[in-house]
Amino acid sequence: MFTKPSRKLLAPLAAAASLTLLATACAESERDEGGQEAPFVFGSAGDIKSLDPFLANDGETFRYSRQVFQTLLEHESGGSEIVGGLAEDWEQSEDGTVWTFHLRDGVVFHDGDELDAEAVCANFDRWHNLSGPWQSSNNSYYWQAIFGGFAENEDEALPESRYVSCEATDELTAVITITEYSSIFPGGFSLAAFGIMSPSTLEAIADAEITGEEGNYSLPDYTRTPGTVAGTGPFTVEEWNRDQAEVTLKRFDDYWGDTAGFETMILRAIPDENARRQALEAGDIHGYDLVAPADVEPLVEAGFQVPTRDVFNVLYLAYQQETNEALAELEVRQALAHAVDRQRIVDTILPEGGEVATQFHPDTLDGWSPDVTTYEYDPERAEELLEEAGHADLTIDFCYPTEVTRPYMPAPRDIFDVISADLEAVGVTVEAKSYEWTEYIGRTDSGECSLYLLGWTGDYNDAYNFIGTWFAVQNDAWGMDEPELFDAMAEASSNPDQEERIAAYQELNEQIMEILPGLPISSSPPSIAFAANVEPPAVSPLTQENFAEGSWKE
Amino acid sequence: MLRFLVRRTLQLIPTLGGLSILLFVWLQRLPGGPEYALLPDDATPEQREQMRRSLGLEEPIAVQYLTFLRRILQGDLGTSLQTGRPVLEEFLTRFPATFELSVTAMAIAVSVGLPLGYLAARRRGGVLDFAAVGGSLLGICTPVFFLAFVLKVVFSEGLGLFPSAFRLSPGLSRTELSGFVVLDGLRTGELDVVWDALLHLALPGVALASIPLAVIVRMTRASVLEVLDEDYVRTADAKGLHRSTVRTRHVMRNAMLPVVTSIGLLTGSLFAGAVLTESVFAFPGIGSFVYVATQTRDYPVLTGFILVIAAMYVLINLLVDISYSLLDPRVRAQ
Repeated sequence: MFTKPSRKLLAPLAAAASLTLLATACAESERDEGGQEAPFVFGSAGDIKSLDPFLANDGETFRYSRQVFQTLLEHESGGSEIVGGLAEDWEQSEDGTVWTFHLRDGVVFHDGDELDAEAVCANFDRWHNLSGPWQSSNNSYYWQAIFGGFAENEDEALPESRYVSCEATDELTAVITITEYSSIFPGGFSLAAFGIMSPSTLEAIADAEITGEEGNYSLPDYTRTPGTVAGTGPFTVEEWNRDQAEVTLKRFDDYWGDTAGFETMILRAIPDENARRQALEAGDIHGYDLVAPADVEPLVEAGFQVPTRDVFNVLYLAYQQETNEALAELEVRQALAHAVDRQRIVDTILPEGGEVATQFHPDTLDGWSPDVTTYEYDPERAEELLEEAGHADLTIDFCYPTEVTRPYMPAPRDIFDVISADLEAVGVTVEAKSYEWTEYIGRTDSGECSLYLLGWTGDYNDAYNFIGTWFAVQNDAWGMDEPELFDAMAEASSNPDQEERIAAYQELNEQIMEILPGLPISSSPPSIAFAANVEPPAVSPLTQENFAEGSWKE
Repeated sequence: MLRFLVRRTLQLIPTLGGLSILLFVWLQRLPGGPEYALLPDDATPEQREQMRRSLGLEEPIAVQYLTFLRRILQGDLGTSLQTGRPVLEEFLTRFPATFELSVTAMAIAVSVGLPLGYLAARRRGGVLDFAAVGGSLLGICTPVFFLAFVLKVVFSEGLGLFPSAFRLSPGLSRTELSGFVVLDGLRTGELDVVWDALLHLALPGVALASIPLAVIVRMTRASVLEVLDEDYVRTADAKGLHRSTVRTRHVMRNAMLPVVTSIGLLTGSLFAGAVLTESVFAFPGIGSFVYVATQTRDYPVLTGFILVIAAMYVLINLLVDISYSLLDPRVRAQ
């Protein structure tokens, strides 16, 4: 039965309609952005943790800090080669323990201080002399990863410090001495955690303490109050609005290099991947990172710019040799390698530019070898090998993570499905196990999964940053015991001669692919998206974009 | 009345105490500790071990629980593992955003739900009734993230009426008196800020309102239908009372009792529902903060959030009980 809508019902509807019209008018006038003075808004995956990057170990804090602070060395714009940062050039002693940095002249900090060697050394000395809660791995992760311990270790588990001293031999020359060479240098000097702060900043924060008792630490105020920290980067921190999860950066007009193209840059957290894409499409933001491979084509078709970075990561299928004894047999490992159609994964799941990996790091790194043993997709050969090894009816558990995407692993479940189907096709029975990310890392780390998917994005351009992460010592994640490989790895890593080291890495890669501790699957280029009216910065394989290079299109 | 209030407040203690134990045990049982979430993928086992120690996770479980309880009683919810700031401070910073969103959602749900439910009951079997019942079923069934997606595609990307994310336009300058953007704007006369905030509240408000709206429509409809059949309504009509008097004093007032109960419970659930809504709209409230905490095993934040939600439920129930006595003199007499 139809009833005529009453006038009383129509009145509010009419009011709502006029309000909507009003909203449209206002909304459109606010959206009229893109002019020279409009802020460039970038959608990040999370809020930053601290204004002082030393305390951080996450990509979003480093994305902010790279615009504000600079390191002695950095990676070339859009590439992975190490070049001078605050140091114009540098040299190392023959044994690799003394590093001499020649600083740029005329560099000023945001607070007006001038950069000199004393300032650089004051930063390094501060880090080296930190005590108490600063020595927790959560508060000084990268210092510990690169320099080991502190001047006075308060925890027995901390290794001896690799850092010896920093001396200002003249106004613009800083000499850093370390106890022994390791391949983490010079790459370590480029890490964003070691952004150089001004002498006035250091003075102001000299007494800053991480307070609270164990397990309940509280970071000092300066880590969230703009105005205290000053770096030398192309942007200064104007505001960190924590209740909006928004960091506002302003162009630094006295920057020593080319000044930033954007007057204002705003980093705003949008944790949800789909929400980031929709915010770009709706014009609420002008760029975002970690674009899902499936979104790349629709975004390009809709007129957005989605530059693809060079690959700097690797995804692998790990074989845990202790958990499943069959995997301790080389024929079985080889059989599984022949069984997997990696090209299909690259063609159907990865974004354009993805490639099959022949070894445990991408070819963009020195040390990559063209002569490694390769394992073509050959299911018949796989069946033969399993037969020969007496494992024609192999049953194996295979773990994959849920609710996560990594730059090297865009769709874990889809990748798992392809590999799993390939293994079943050669007669292997797969027992699927899935875990949420943090649990997954715990289980795979402790050797609970026979087969699992994992990968790595490099921090800096040295092959050891990849292969050393996995194959330097015996560990539960792989369960393999190859003392010869471990020794060769240690030897290569401590060789300060770069050419010899690279040759050693090539041999190591060949050796590893003979042993076949796992199957390298692919390298995947992570994408970043920008609005059509943005001139994007050069995209970096290490996801270290310098946003000062970006600007609004004329 | 005072005794009633004191008794109900005391009931909070065993409820929250029991909950704290359940919560603690549950969190302890979760596999994959914060040492995996907080450190990069390549951290060494030694670094993870050191992290466990520094977080106090190596202590016996009873000691951990007592420490946890002592802190709670002191009003200390601990420090967020992610941000290194007190959980309470993090919540208070983000509370105004979630509060404004919840109030918007509830305002939408109540202002649309009550009249719609009432009209559906009055026109039982009609098109409006059919649409209200069908629509509310759809509202309950539609997952918030899907609704959010549709709202954004239509109203944000398509029509450009509303922003798709955030609480205020980036870089919008405003005088900050408190975290309450709308109230601050009204007090300082910055009407552009108020308007901007309202535009940003619209889509998440509708998404968050979908379930309470559907429940209120159905509850109101059912309740009104029941009351309409009562003898006293027929008597009131028969003795010639004005229609509006019958509607307000006899029908709505009596029909409101179960609806008010459900509104109370739904208000509590809004804070829980805000987790998903806020994260898909990048609305910087407690919800999106907790969403990130679930991914990073930020135990203190999760514990604090659940305790706050539980306390709110108990508090809202108390308010509902009080409102009963205002609506229904029989409860007051008891």
